[in-house]
Amino acid sequence: MKFDTVIIGGGLAGLACGIRLQNRGFKCAIVSAGQSALHFSSGSFDLLNELPDGTAVANPEEAVRSLDPKHPYAKIGDQFAFYAQEAKQLLLDSGVEVQGDSKQNSYRITPMGTTMPTWLTLADFTCLKNATDVIGKKILLVNIAGFLDFNTKFIADAFEGNGAACKIVSVSLPEFEKLRQSPTEMRSANIARILENENTLHALASRLNEQASSCDVIALPAVFGLSSPAPLQTLKRQIPTPVCIVPTMPPSVPGIRTQKRLRRVFELAGGFYMLGDSATTAETGDGKVYAISTVNHGDIALRANHFVLASGSFFSNGLWASMDGVREPVFGADVDFDPNRNNWYNASVFEPQRYRTFGVATDERFRIKINGKVQDNVYAIGSVLSGFDALQEGCGAGVSLLTALYVADQLKK
Amino acid sequence: MTMQQYNISENNFEQCIKCTVCTVYCPVVPVNPNYPGPKQAGPDGERLRLKRGEFFDEALKYCLNCKRCEVACPSNVRIGDIIQLARIKYSKSKPSLRDMILANTDIVGSLSSTFAPIVNTTVALKPVKAVMDSVLKIDRHRTFPRYAGQTFVSWFKKEAQAKQDLYLNHVSFFHGCYINYNYPQLGKDMVKVMNALGYGVHLLEKEKCCGVALISNGLINQAKKQAKVNIDSIRKSVTEEKRPVIAASSTCTFTIRDEYPHLLNIENDDVRNSIELATRFIYRLLESGKVKIKYRDAAPVKIAYHTPCHMEKLGWGFYSIELLRHIPNVELVVLDSQCCGIGGTYGFKKENYGTSQGIGASLFRQIEEVDPQFVATDCETCKWQIEMSTPYKVKHPISILAEYIDVEGTINLNK
Repeated sequence: MKFDTVIIGGGLAGLACGIRLQNRGFKCAIVSAGQSALHFSSGSFDLLNELPDGTAVANPEEAVRSLDPKHPYAKIGDQFAFYAQEAKQLLLDSGVEVQGDSKQNSYRITPMGTTMPTWLTLADFTCLKNATDVIGKKILLVNIAGFLDFNTKFIADAFEGNGAACKIVSVSLPEFEKLRQSPTEMRSANIARILENENTLHALASRLNEQASSCDVIALPAVFGLSSPAPLQTLKRQIPTPVCIVPTMPPSVPGIRTQKRLRRVFELAGGFYMLGDSATTAETGDGKVYAISTVNHGDIALRANHFVLASGSFFSNGLWASMDGVREPVFGADVDFDPNRNNWYNASVFEPQRYRTFGVATDERFRIKINGKVQDNVYAIGSVLSGFDALQEGCGAGVSLLTALYVADQLKK
Repeated sequence: MTMQQYNISENNFEQCIKCTVCTVYCPVVPVNPNYPGPKQAGPDGERLRLKRGEFFDEALKYCLNCKRCEVACPSNVRIGDIIQLARIKYSKSKPSLRDMILANTDIVGSLSSTFAPIVNTTVALKPVKAVMDSVLKIDRHRTFPRYAGQTFVSWFKKEAQAKQDLYLNHVSFFHGCYINYNYPQLGKDMVKVMNALGYGVHLLEKEKCCGVALISNGLINQAKKQAKVNIDSIRKSVTEEKRPVIAASSTCTFTIRDEYPHLLNIENDDVRNSIELATRFIYRLLESGKVKIKYRDAAPVKIAYHTPCHMEKLGWGFYSIELLRHIPNVELVVLDSQCCGIGGTYGFKKENYGTSQGIGASLFRQIEEVDPQFVATDCETCKWQIEMSTPYKVKHPISILAEYIDVEGTINLNK
């Protein structure tokens, strides 16, 4: 098989890169070993919340200037603000409605009801200006009876800590009772499927309207719209009181919708998405990669002019850690890591962890190296890269999106 | 060996991190609340079953073995295999007469073909459907696939076999039950296309039903016997006669390649790479420049491609799609990959009919929105389901190729 570009990894980075390339007229294939981390998404995309030394960031565009040159953002350099805007635009153009500004972090609500800084937030959710803002003074906090991934007590405690008053209710409809026969299946995605039915939505809206008399906002779990934003819009039209959506524990319904949407946009632009397949080996030589092989395609190799490694970090097998090192399994790319294993971890689990900064070593244009030799046509993007701690710095989605678009623009046909 | 290596279980069971992504993509969960879902039925339940087999839940029979959970799993857990193996190991329910009839495609097929006109008329009669529904629990809404009066094999032996040795290259053809008993035309199309490309087509020394229906109906010993016959014949074809084996059905191909070693313990390592779908075989020939195809002039046509579940699992939809796109004047719309709901014999069972149609509903809607001239797919049971549930005809990519290929022109091109 022959493509202009083969992208390994079909999550946020791989899809953003693939969409941009397809739109530029490249013929792309994405090889994705199972579904991506967007299924566990908070519903927001972080750009930069904290510097590595722990300093809080209010304006990411300003703060990136003080990052270490090894940080992926430092390689994007002066074009950081441009690519932040392009990334937001790509999401909007793909039908993923987001709000937020790369000059000013806003705050998102977590599934625990607390607030965290962030960049872009899906239109389902409410963005707050300050960390201690509340969504309303008198909040009706609603759960679907039997849904365990939405802890109303924690959320109410957090809201009340910032001065709101909460009334917790749980709603039961006959349609949900069927789901409850198997408690393990009372999960966000299954509830969302039931709420795609207009009659069920209508029944839910009437229930909420009965209870909403003394409150100024209704807070609901994010169980609306696996495939489109329509169910939430329909619900909001039927409820005069403002409705605010709070994220649930995974799986994330808005995250799944985002993944489906981006994949569809990539496919409609002519891209080929190969789900459930894994890249195994690469055919290399003279500082170039000619082809990769995958489990499913066996002897029929995927040939391309360019390869983009967007295979993610340890969780998605983009990086493999063993007792004596960390390696990248497809190309055997050089990896930045500390050879002294004792330095990998901090005994305190909430402290920054060194291993999270390990990743594929790249040159200033994000090209990978094999045994120290830069590979002319292989780029790495997203969380497989080294030089940042996505969790501590709050920059995972930003690194994925910005490096994806930056690299897509580097490629020449 | 290190301690860790001793601890690795089968089917990557220990890789499950309980992320629930499999459940999101299970087609049964949203429509049948009695099914515990792939996470619970698979790795979660397996932890309990490993302790005590009595934790086995008969509701695992609602799994239609589509393997979409495995395709979605980010951790490469063989969830579908864990579920099917648990059914094989622990289920106490005995297959009913109905299950035996549905599963024994070979015996039923050869009897029905012999009496095809009678069988076809009889099973289409309302009173007969009612009896089958109430006595056998085969749902009355189902349209039975028609049986052909002459099987593919008897046609082939009479009309085609003698000419096959004249070709320079050769393949063996695993035709499967559907082509043999129900739809010999697809087999004839296969012979026509392969011959045009310069390949002689041969039957395997012995061919039995691949056994997929036996596996899903719990008739494991019989499935193993048939698998052995097939693998022995395939081995003879590949290693002695040097003929790779091609097939038309994505499910037969998947079963022989992956279910034999994973579920039936029948080793096929030495021949697995030589069993594949004809569309992949032809794609390879075209890509390497070994053959060229000349097409007839034809009016533009809009086709919608449906990816069958086992095709999705094989990851080979690409080949059928690219072959169809290779035909001039074809506008191909690839439908969202999702289960049509039939699940082989699953949807024929009365207790599954509602689930089956519920699963397929959004696919049927999408087909109607696209409004193609016809639908293309590589699976015979998807064809029945889509033809029964929508007004559209369904054709196999090989039949489409046979329709558009210019046989003489292609032979001349490859001289």
